[in-house]
Amino acid sequence: MRDNTPAASLLGGFIASFRRDLLIAARHKAELTNPLVFFLIAVTLIPLGVSPEKSVLALLAPGIVWVMALLATLLSLDGLFRSDYDDGSLEQMLISPQSLYFTVMAKVLVHWLVSGLPVTLLAPLLGLMLSLPIEGYLPLLASLALGTASMSLIGAVGAALTVSLRKGGLLLSLIVMPLYIPVLIFGASAVQTAVQGGAIGMQLAVLGAFLALAIVLAPIATLGALRISTNG
Amino acid sequence: MTESVTQAAIPLLELCNLGCERDERLLFSGLDVQLFPGDVVQIGGPNGAGKTTLLRALAGISTDFNGQIRYAGKSLPEATWEFAGDSLYLGHLPGIKKALTPAENLAWYKAQSGAAITINDALSAVGLYGYEDTPCYQLSAGQLRRVALARLHLSRARIWILDEPFTAIDKLGVSQLEALIAHQSAKGGVVILTSHQDLSLPQLRLVNLQDYQPTRNKTKNGISSLSGGDGYHA
Repeated sequence: MRDNTPAASLLGGFIASFRRDLLIAARHKAELTNPLVFFLIAVTLIPLGVSPEKSVLALLAPGIVWVMALLATLLSLDGLFRSDYDDGSLEQMLISPQSLYFTVMAKVLVHWLVSGLPVTLLAPLLGLMLSLPIEGYLPLLASLALGTASMSLIGAVGAALTVSLRKGGLLLSLIVMPLYIPVLIFGASAVQTAVQGGAIGMQLAVLGAFLALAIVLAPIATLGALRISTNG
Repeated sequence: MTESVTQAAIPLLELCNLGCERDERLLFSGLDVQLFPGDVVQIGGPNGAGKTTLLRALAGISTDFNGQIRYAGKSLPEATWEFAGDSLYLGHLPGIKKALTPAENLAWYKAQSGAAITINDALSAVGLYGYEDTPCYQLSAGQLRRVALARLHLSRARIWILDEPFTAIDKLGVSQLEALIAHQSAKGGVVILTSHQDLSLPQLRLVNLQDYQPTRNKTKNGISSLSGGDGYHA
């Protein structure tokens, strides 16, 4: 019935959704900076609260930066589908002739571009504040880039499950947190090992495997959860 | 058009023994409606009768119903993909992003429908010429509704499912929308709508959900209609 080919319309739908979400993100600059400001403040407070001693900070730095990046991602998740749910766009997404898989992928990709990527790029600066040894910077960037992308994808499942609840914030954290723990363990361990002079191929490979799995499975779980949330 | 002529024997959309419940309360049951190309059906009934629930089930948002919905002879879960490409649902919530301009909003919908008409033409058709680049949060409720209605011009779907399309629309807008519905019907489309207004369309059929209510619930529904709920809780 449609005269455009399925492949072209899939790509077209993905691009249209991607552009729309990027535009919306660009119009809500205050919401965009929230997780970043949190990340910055939380990490800055650590030397004041724990110890300004260089050796102590260097020991803690990988873990602290990773935990704060995780919390910053968590903070930004709640709004992922909220406004779509409130204004009826979510219903339209669900019944659109476009594949919902790609619409969800576009949304998650935009979420990562505006939360995970800035956090990753900001991390070396904060590493400097925590006197992270020089060997740790590249592993920090690489592990955070892989890890935050997985976290955006996994978090979308939780956000979709809780979107119809008025006060879903706490529940969202409880659902998503256990799934973030493996990412945190391997991410922080990559940086830690690099600082101690070890090889980090294994940790990065595991993080990459998490990401590959999340790309395949998380959008499917997300769209199932979205259907449950809007049904009724 | 030729398609609709050859398929005249099979209804484009058919509801067979349809029943919906909400919060363990049966809203209606045993609803049988056949819609042939050119039909316009107005779903009636008091507040809380299940009009929105019915339209959400028809649109494919809610799968929480008994009975069957058939699209061109095929049962709906199997024909979801074809049905999604051939139907358009406008709900209570307009599905319009307030942070975006009307043109940006419609660009997303146009990418789905692939209609030939340009967005500016669609916007002028609903009387929003000159508002293409005004952010939607600056528009009035009626104008916002008109942005959503512009999707009717951008769509090539044969089945329109419209939930209270006349809300917040002025008198001229109402008559324009009526003309648009008549045009869709003349093209061989099907329009299902809910409205508390009396429409002046010759081909209009009325389906009152009250006739399909289980009798034991009548008084209960009478009370709930006073409380003002519209069968829709987000």
